Amino acid sequence: MAAAIETSRLTPAAPKTLDRYRTVTAFVSGAAPAALIVIVLTLLQQAAPAISNYGLAFLVRSVWNPVTLDFGALPYIYGTVVTSAFAIIIALPVGLSVALLLAEQGAQGIRGAIGTGIELLAAIPSVVYGIWALFVVAPFSLRYLETPITERLGFIGFLSGPPRQYSFFTASLVLAIMILPTLAAVSRDVIRAVPRGLRESSTALGATWWETTWRVILPTARAGIFGATVLALGRALGETIAVTMVIGNRDEIPPSVFSPGYTLASKIANEFSEATGNLYPAALIELGLVLILVTLTVNLVALLLVRSTQARMAA
Amino acid sequence: MNRNFWRRFKSKTAMSIIYVLTGFALVPLGLVLWYTIVKGLPAISHVEFFLNVERPVGIPGSGISHAIVGTAFMVGMASLVAIPVGVISGVYLAEYGHGRWANWVRLASDVLVGAPSIALGLFAYAILVVPLHHYSAISASAALSILMLPVVIRTTESAVGLIPGGLRESGLALGLPRWRVSLQLIVPAAAPGVITGALLAVARAAGETAPLLFTAFGNPLWSLDPTQPMSALTLVVFRDALTPFKELQDQAWGAALVLVMMVLVTNLASRWVLRRQIRLAGQL
Repeated sequence: MAAAIETSRLTPAAPKTLDRYRTVTAFVSGAAPAALIVIVLTLLQQAAPAISNYGLAFLVRSVWNPVTLDFGALPYIYGTVVTSAFAIIIALPVGLSVALLLAEQGAQGIRGAIGTGIELLAAIPSVVYGIWALFVVAPFSLRYLETPITERLGFIGFLSGPPRQYSFFTASLVLAIMILPTLAAVSRDVIRAVPRGLRESSTALGATWWETTWRVILPTARAGIFGATVLALGRALGETIAVTMVIGNRDEIPPSVFSPGYTLASKIANEFSEATGNLYPAALIELGLVLILVTLTVNLVALLLVRSTQARMAA
Repeated sequence: MNRNFWRRFKSKTAMSIIYVLTGFALVPLGLVLWYTIVKGLPAISHVEFFLNVERPVGIPGSGISHAIVGTAFMVGMASLVAIPVGVISGVYLAEYGHGRWANWVRLASDVLVGAPSIALGLFAYAILVVPLHHYSAISASAALSILMLPVVIRTTESAVGLIPGGLRESGLALGLPRWRVSLQLIVPAAAPGVITGALLAVARAAGETAPLLFTAFGNPLWSLDPTQPMSALTLVVFRDALTPFKELQDQAWGAALVLVMMVLVTNLASRWVLRRQIRLAGQL
């Protein structure tokens, strides 16, 4: 890249004439930003009837009645937040372990295999996770995770029973698997960007591998790892199909994570093709608008965090 | 002495925990593949599965040919837009990617990668299904092309970026204009990487369900009309898995196996090509 700057400075080729090639490619590359803006504006315009009719109360009410045209988004926002948060809690230790292992030197054969495995995990389509979760994970989780936990820790509100096969918890398990590759890959890049000198100095002072990792590498990469987590959170918030298949589809805010519920995305996926009239689809599109605005913001924050960490360490 | 033993012990323990957790990470991959193969094989072992269309429950010989064709058709149409636009954008970022505009493009495509796919479906519904008054394959392709675009952009940028500056400098030194250097030297040299990126985007689009739900909608019959509803592999998996019929559930597993095979082959092949490309670029 540095070479590109220098050559462009050195080329004598008529600096004043317009570089048409550059203009054309620059124009075409406007497609991505344009798409982003047009998508948000279109959804805003489509959701306008619902926005003007229900106002801000839409976000804090928990009623969904297409017959009386009374809509509120709270249960879905709650479900989205709870499943994503649980997914992060489950995925973070595992993802960080993978990242630490992949960022180490040596034994490239094994590391390459693990890296490939994690990448394939990211490549498997959401609906395949969905069908697997529906027939394999959900029964397993009910029998070996949810039931024992509610029996022993059921006195804690959000771990209370009765456990259900299709629940927030099952959805979180699947989500955790699905966001793991993002978490692992981005954290690995951040950890790799930690200057070698720091690691070597720590080892030279006699620190063990763990002391170096825990006291030097992780603190240095902290902001970037946080960014990776937020990026994974963005993925979890927007994930639709696998969650729709195992969340249980219930329009309420249950006290326990072992109860069925709904997320923003799965509500849209299940109901949009049946929504008729003017306000009903608009209300669903408003759910979509909330979802996309939140995810885009989360992604933006995460990207800025990751980039600033990497830039700081490169300096 | 004792203290050092304790420190080393702690380090070894932490290392083992990290190995165990990494093992945990790979367990789901094995399980997903295992179950998809075991449960999908019976369905795909009949040749009618690839030749026929869906039949009512209870009648043998049901197949998913319409869904395979539908997925190929819609992803193909999406690629016609997303790949050229994405490649040109990626080349721009790699060639002139230092200004403020390039940074905006980069940021926009990175943010777009994370946009929820269901929202893209809603968008396509608003711009194409509402005006046409019915579900259509073309609206699904529109959603899929937006989904593919950022993937193509970023993979193209990194593939072109791998080409050493020496190649560009030799071209410029021969007096070639910038566009000829770019199109006739740099892009051909980066072609394997660019094609790989495009293939990865295709695989990603073929695996998407959420943007198809209310755009392509699904169709039990053969259709090659872009203005009409069309089926897709992912829609078959999603709808059939949630039915109470054993035959349909088996069919869903079969379709899932076809999807997984496709994705695995694409990904492993592209990794191989990319590694070769990196090695070749090193020799240039």
